[in-house]
Amino acid sequence: MNIVVLVKQVPDTAAERTLSEADHTLDRENADLVLDEINERAAEEALMLKETVGAEVTVVSMGPGSALDAIRKVLAMGADRGIHICDDRLRGTDVVTTAKVLAAAVRTVEDVDLVLAGNATTDGQASAVPAIVADLLGLPQLTHARELTVDAGRVRAEREAENGEATLDAPLPALVSVTEKINEPRYPSFKGIMAAKRKPVETVDLDDLFPDVDDTGLLVSRTHVMEAVPRPARAAGIRVTDDGSAGRRLVDYLIAQKLV
Amino acid sequence: MPDVLVLVDHDGERVHKSTYELLTAARRLGDPAAVVVGTPGTAARLKEALARHGATSVYAAESPEAGEFLSTPAVDALELAVREVSPAAVLVSATTDGKEVAGRLAARLDAGLLVDAVDLDSSGVATQVVFGGSYTVRSQVTHGLPVIAVRPGSFESEERPVEAGERQLALPPVDRAASARITARRAVLAGDRPELTEATVVVSGGRGVAGADGFKVVEELADALRGAVGASRAAVDAGYYPHQYQVGQTGKSVSPQLYIALGISGAIQHLAGMRTSKTIVAVNKDPEAPILELADYAVVGDLFAVAPQLAQEVAARREAG
Repeated sequence: MNIVVLVKQVPDTAAERTLSEADHTLDRENADLVLDEINERAAEEALMLKETVGAEVTVVSMGPGSALDAIRKVLAMGADRGIHICDDRLRGTDVVTTAKVLAAAVRTVEDVDLVLAGNATTDGQASAVPAIVADLLGLPQLTHARELTVDAGRVRAEREAENGEATLDAPLPALVSVTEKINEPRYPSFKGIMAAKRKPVETVDLDDLFPDVDDTGLLVSRTHVMEAVPRPARAAGIRVTDDGSAGRRLVDYLIAQKLV
Repeated sequence: MPDVLVLVDHDGERVHKSTYELLTAARRLGDPAAVVVGTPGTAARLKEALARHGATSVYAAESPEAGEFLSTPAVDALELAVREVSPAAVLVSATTDGKEVAGRLAARLDAGLLVDAVDLDSSGVATQVVFGGSYTVRSQVTHGLPVIAVRPGSFESEERPVEAGERQLALPPVDRAASARITARRAVLAGDRPELTEATVVVSGGRGVAGADGFKVVEELADALRGAVGASRAAVDAGYYPHQYQVGQTGKSVSPQLYIALGISGAIQHLAGMRTSKTIVAVNKDPEAPILELADYAVVGDLFAVAPQLAQEVAARREAG
């Protein structure tokens, strides 16, 4: 089985994130960059399939030079090879172009049975890229899976959304995006980290992925950020220590605010 | 006025409130036209409610298998409708399903996609709140049709009765090799409580609730305030409450009028999911808990004393007044 895992390097959500004043894109220089946590779980799911049914696992990431760290981490966890999409023309690209580029990279892998991704990245949170990649590749989307079974050429997933849970079923090849509930990702071992250094990582740019088209159509900017304003920090409000009447006093506050 | 297509969220019998909000948002850009994707007869059942909220046309994209496949019928229907109507914009609710439908549609049409709009002006400029509420961003679509996913709760639903014309859209058969079939559904058992992302009041519990039993206190306060129940990731990870109620970076983003955090310390990931709430009340035993710093009303105290007293007092005042 051939599995492709899509991963992204993101600013650590435990740290402050800022937008550059010049073009409202992420200020990477002032961010702690990490492999996105949910993507790590997608990688873990691929590696478990590798162990149970056998698979060649290719990890794909789009991003600047630093994204190689994210790829190496998944290789250290046990993936077999990497594809790093690195091209300055992709800086600050929109969701649709991101999905088109990722789909093109998946197409360079032969006979893909399963594409795995996280259901949302913690920076953009559009939560739409996996579904778009599926659409572009003509694959069924089994997104927001908290449980995944691959068996006899079919894939089943338990999907979680705000309107309830659903069981999804589709033939392979398919795309699955996972939620953070799916597993606990493994830590790379020292041996894995050493082995990862020798695993092949192919670096590709837009000309490699789209040899026959010029980039004007692909890279056209479909949206424009006109303004990005930091929101004022919330000022601390009223503070009381409960003396046995805090609940009753709180009601007066809520009534005064017309909240009750 | 040009049509603005609105994808209707429904359960087959009732239109979800978020759709009425989309119709309000759509009126800023043109004439709202509702697209109903469902089994035959669905549009006829929903038409009156949609017209009452201002839908000037109702497009019926119906087929017996429409509800059986994830997202694909909705994407196909909107694509068909766009090619037929040439609308000024397409609006969907920024739910889990809606964001995926919007994305796939935008890719097929080479359109501009804006996700999680909390406001929209008459020229189509959308306001978004990013990075867990740390930035307000204003964006517009500069190429292709604007496809905009609007966050539920951002617009008021309004009654605006009109006469709605009805038209049929012929859904193509679903390609089974390219679509996931829904073989079972389990509704979220929220009882009579409002949906978390749509509720005007949310009461959330954290690790301080100290167990699944302790969440009864959270539920009772939510019920007294007619609100929804949420949970922090720590509470969900500890197994106190189901995952679909998780508020935060990797859970749901909520922006209610009132957010009450009980026994939640306020990890940055949690704050990211609720910082845009209009009023924040926090109850925590630990005077150092970060959430107390950004609460409009912070109580240092035992949630098991404060929350039941608050619930009782709300019920008593309601009865009196």
